[in-house]
Amino acid sequence: MSDQLLQLLFTGLTLGSIYALIALALVTTFNLTGVLNLAQGEFVAIGALLAISIYSSGMPMPAAFAITVLLVAVLGGVLERSAIHTARRASGLTLIIITIGLAISLRGLALLAWGTETYSLPAFSGGGPLFIQGAAITPQSLWVFGLVAVTLAGLYAFFELTYWGKAVKASMINRTAARLVGINPNTVSFLAFVTSGALGAAAGIFIAPITMTTYDMGFMLGVKGFVAAIIGGLGNVGGAVLGGLLLGVLESYSAGLISSGSKDAITIIILLAVLLIKPEGIIGSFRQRKI
Amino acid sequence: MRDKSKKYFWPVAALLFLTVPLFIESNYILSTLIIIGIYAILVQGLGILMGYAGQVSFGHAAFFGLGAYTAAILTTRFNWYTIPALVAAALLPGIVAAIIGRPTLKLRELYLAMATLGFGILVHIAFNEGGELTGGPSGLSGIPYFSLGGLTFDSDVKFFYLVWTTLFLLLIGVSNLVRSRVGRALRAISESEHAAENAGIDTAGLKLQSFIFSALLAGLAGGLYAFYITFISPSPFSFHASVQFVLMAVVGGLGTLIGPLLGAALVVTLGEVLRWAIPLAIPGAGGEYQIIFFGLILVILMVFQPGGLGALGKLLASSKKLPDRGAGAKVSEG
Repeated sequence: MSDQLLQLLFTGLTLGSIYALIALALVTTFNLTGVLNLAQGEFVAIGALLAISIYSSGMPMPAAFAITVLLVAVLGGVLERSAIHTARRASGLTLIIITIGLAISLRGLALLAWGTETYSLPAFSGGGPLFIQGAAITPQSLWVFGLVAVTLAGLYAFFELTYWGKAVKASMINRTAARLVGINPNTVSFLAFVTSGALGAAAGIFIAPITMTTYDMGFMLGVKGFVAAIIGGLGNVGGAVLGGLLLGVLESYSAGLISSGSKDAITIIILLAVLLIKPEGIIGSFRQRKI
Repeated sequence: MRDKSKKYFWPVAALLFLTVPLFIESNYILSTLIIIGIYAILVQGLGILMGYAGQVSFGHAAFFGLGAYTAAILTTRFNWYTIPALVAAALLPGIVAAIIGRPTLKLRELYLAMATLGFGILVHIAFNEGGELTGGPSGLSGIPYFSLGGLTFDSDVKFFYLVWTTLFLLLIGVSNLVRSRVGRALRAISESEHAAENAGIDTAGLKLQSFIFSALLAGLAGGLYAFYITFISPSPFSFHASVQFVLMAVVGGLGTLIGPLLGAALVVTLGEVLRWAIPLAIPGAGGEYQIIFFGLILVILMVFQPGGLGALGKLLASSKKLPDRGAGAKVSEG
């Protein structure tokens, strides 16, 4: 029995890492631009589908990944310039409706390009699963953990160690001050969407060997990334990762011990509970003010 | 000019409505008009919530679905008459809104949007996983035709009159409502909540009442939908439908009386045109591709014309605009 619990934990952590990645992209964009990008899940879906298509056209896997990440990053930039930038003076609500509209259009485009079939990608590396106490971890899970660690380290290094990162972070509090020190908020917004496109695509590629990839998987992934971010508190990068892992584990246990149909319902119940009880986030509230 | 158009608006509209089925032979157009009418009832409520109370809901498909399922379950499983079932279809979503409204409406814009979105997903999951009661993914069939005394609404023409009479009564009611004290108070809330609060308006109470009212109308629309289609499944009540309702409200123009009807008409008509045009442009493509265009229209509209295509609606609207509405809105956003 404890084998099963441990197994569910590993599955949950893998799943949770993906939610954490999406939440990281959401939180970064939200902090830098004030926009909650509900099209983030679509970046993941399109990333996965593009990588599968490019790989199956005969491209070696690393090249397929690089091209995909680049393309989706460009897509993020294009969306920012065409929609977000043009509407930057609009209210937060208008911007949410815009990103929902973008998400719907992207899903439609994915449907047009890939249809309703299910796709998948071979695992990055061969070899059997690793056994810990009788529970298996596939090598692909380790890849996903690695991606989260690298992303988190990268974001941390950028914001805490580089001059530009610190300047951007500080300037988000005050746009005028940002201009005075020579930071253009429009450029920051553009780069935030380019980065979130790249991050989304990377997340999509890494989970493509684990989950069944379909054109419409982005919506729920986006919602789950948001729930993870909300658990952590929207302003909190570390909280987003913890929130993602927590959500993944909770889902895995509810799917394994209650029923697989209960998985999405659990996510939403957590969302509503956190929103109604502690909208500033469970984990975020333990720390000091957000940046 | 304005007074004249106002004076003739209702008689002309009534005349048009009464004679429409005489001119339209096509059942297809008539059934499209019925669907427009049903959606317009729902969007009228959503329009009050969004345009007057200044709150958004991405979960109204859930209230719509709750109404439809209530009507369907009561008539097919419990053999209720259709009239009490329709009343229950409106009341149940209203009660649900009353329960979830108070804590939910405390949330600010982003969080409110996500909470209503979550509520919508949860209810949609419940329809799918409801087993015996909701019929799961395959839904419920054999819903009886609506009947009123000895009159059974078993044809498109009869149902057209039922839906559009309901809509007209609603429009008259809402037109009186928005001109009343309550309407002015609601507009004040959408301009600036703080100012309204300081002026002694019970903002929380009024927001809750608009939420409940909009849920009642969504439930009523859902009940009518169930009695018209006589078969329901979870798919028309998904998140997509919620987005489509928000689109209708925004397209028609928020804060106008006729906007919701215009928005419903435009979005449904556009959907039908796309269903026909897309397979011509892209061979082999099905009607589901219309969602791309809905998304794009929503984006373009919000980017360039957040007020909606309500110019015409505003002309016909019976509600007087406050002169400095634009300025007030900007201050509250800043």
